[in-house]
Amino acid sequence: MGFWQRFLQLDRKWIFIGIAIVVIIPLIKPLGLPIKPTKPVIDLFTYIDTLGPESDPVMVVTGFDPSTMPELMPMEQALLRHCLTKGIPVISFGGLYPAYIGMAKMAIDEVSADFPDKKYGEDYVFLGFIPGVSAVILSIGIDIATTFGNDYYGTPIDSLPMLRGVKNYSDISLVVDVSGSSTPEYWLMYAQERYGVNIGVACTAVSAPAFYAFLQSGQFVGMLGGLKGAAEYEELMARKGYPTGRRPATIGMDSQSLAHLLIILLIILGNAGYFIVRRGERRQGIIRRKK
Amino acid sequence: MRRRLPVIIAFGIGFLMLIQYFIPHPRSEEFYNVIVQQWFIIIFAFMYIFALRSFFMHHITKVKRKKEGYIFSAVAMVSVLFMLLSGLITSRGPFFDSLYNYMIAPLQGTMFSLLAFFIASAAFRAFRARNVQATLLLVTATIVMIGRVPIGDYLWRGMPDLVEWIMTVPSMAAMRGIRIGVGLGAVATAMKIMLGIERSYMGGE
Repeated sequence: MGFWQRFLQLDRKWIFIGIAIVVIIPLIKPLGLPIKPTKPVIDLFTYIDTLGPESDPVMVVTGFDPSTMPELMPMEQALLRHCLTKGIPVISFGGLYPAYIGMAKMAIDEVSADFPDKKYGEDYVFLGFIPGVSAVILSIGIDIATTFGNDYYGTPIDSLPMLRGVKNYSDISLVVDVSGSSTPEYWLMYAQERYGVNIGVACTAVSAPAFYAFLQSGQFVGMLGGLKGAAEYEELMARKGYPTGRRPATIGMDSQSLAHLLIILLIILGNAGYFIVRRGERRQGIIRRKK
Repeated sequence: MRRRLPVIIAFGIGFLMLIQYFIPHPRSEEFYNVIVQQWFIIIFAFMYIFALRSFFMHHITKVKRKKEGYIFSAVAMVSVLFMLLSGLITSRGPFFDSLYNYMIAPLQGTMFSLLAFFIASAAFRAFRARNVQATLLLVTATIVMIGRVPIGDYLWRGMPDLVEWIMTVPSMAAMRGIRIGVGLGAVATAMKIMLGIERSYMGGE
């Protein structure tokens, strides 16, 4: 058996070890590869950046569970950080499914800890889970207080100073859905189309191609696609001199870069081996036929 | 009547919700508010109760009959009950948060992160340029993979722009086609449900 035949039968444990190494090393020692922001990210960043303390609140919707946390949590934290830095009132909504609420709490707890001057109820609020999915999106368009009743901690919505005068989407400047599924489409259909609220999307890299059409049509204000989108957002914040925290997405992009390179290398070598072995087999076949 | 009543309700509500969208009269708005803010949300809440019932029925049967892997069914039921009770008893306090942050989050994260290893292994074994279509897919995927990470920009300045073109022109064209098809299919299915042609939501055939 030749080298390439043996190589094609490589035990997968070696591939697993290779992936583990290229993922772990940059996390320990970041490479600091340059990040170039793209238009969808710049659009969302610029939209939020033009808002201020006097603007209507931005609603950040948590639409992911722990399975997509490494990709989406940096986005949610960067968005919350940006809003709190600018003094924009923030409504953190715990999401349309029960598994998302823990992620929302984790994000708001971690980010708000870095802004001790911001007060709960005055600068940001946290709304919990309400069953209904599309019905909840529609219901917010009628009346937020009736939809939720209380915030996550059980405080009546009416008694939160920040939400006085915030009745429905007409009092919200932007809804950003940080989503690991198809929920941005629900926000588009039920909130943007029916009530005309502006929608921004932060989604996994896998979902991003599905939303480009809505970006081009102007139905989405902007989009963060995958960990790259989060890293670009962190980069834009850094360029403006805003606090970025430890920039988890930027650190993660180094690992992702090397992992992608390794996968491409494996694909090239796998194909090279495949064609070399196939050519060898053909030649042997020709020799046999000649005999 | 058991089969006719759900069809009548589906047709009635579906038709009224459809026409109210085009009628900006206060009565129409009031009807919409009641349906959305009360009925929908209550029905959705009941769905979770039915889902729990279905979950327990399935796993209790497995444990009773000692089917293969029944121990996992027992673990699943205990976990659900434990999480449910911890939320109710502690009013979603620090203990409940800890269960989520230090058990559910790492477990789910671990499951999903395994994908990276299996994708790498599968790409090595199965991603072959066997014909023209497979070669096109392979070349495009390779460009997108390298262009979506900073190292692509580092290797060649034009790489991110090339990837952006792939995403916003050929990929989006294909996605639009798929979406138009899905949209038309959804309208057709909704009409079939409203008219009682599609009855699979009632169970059975």
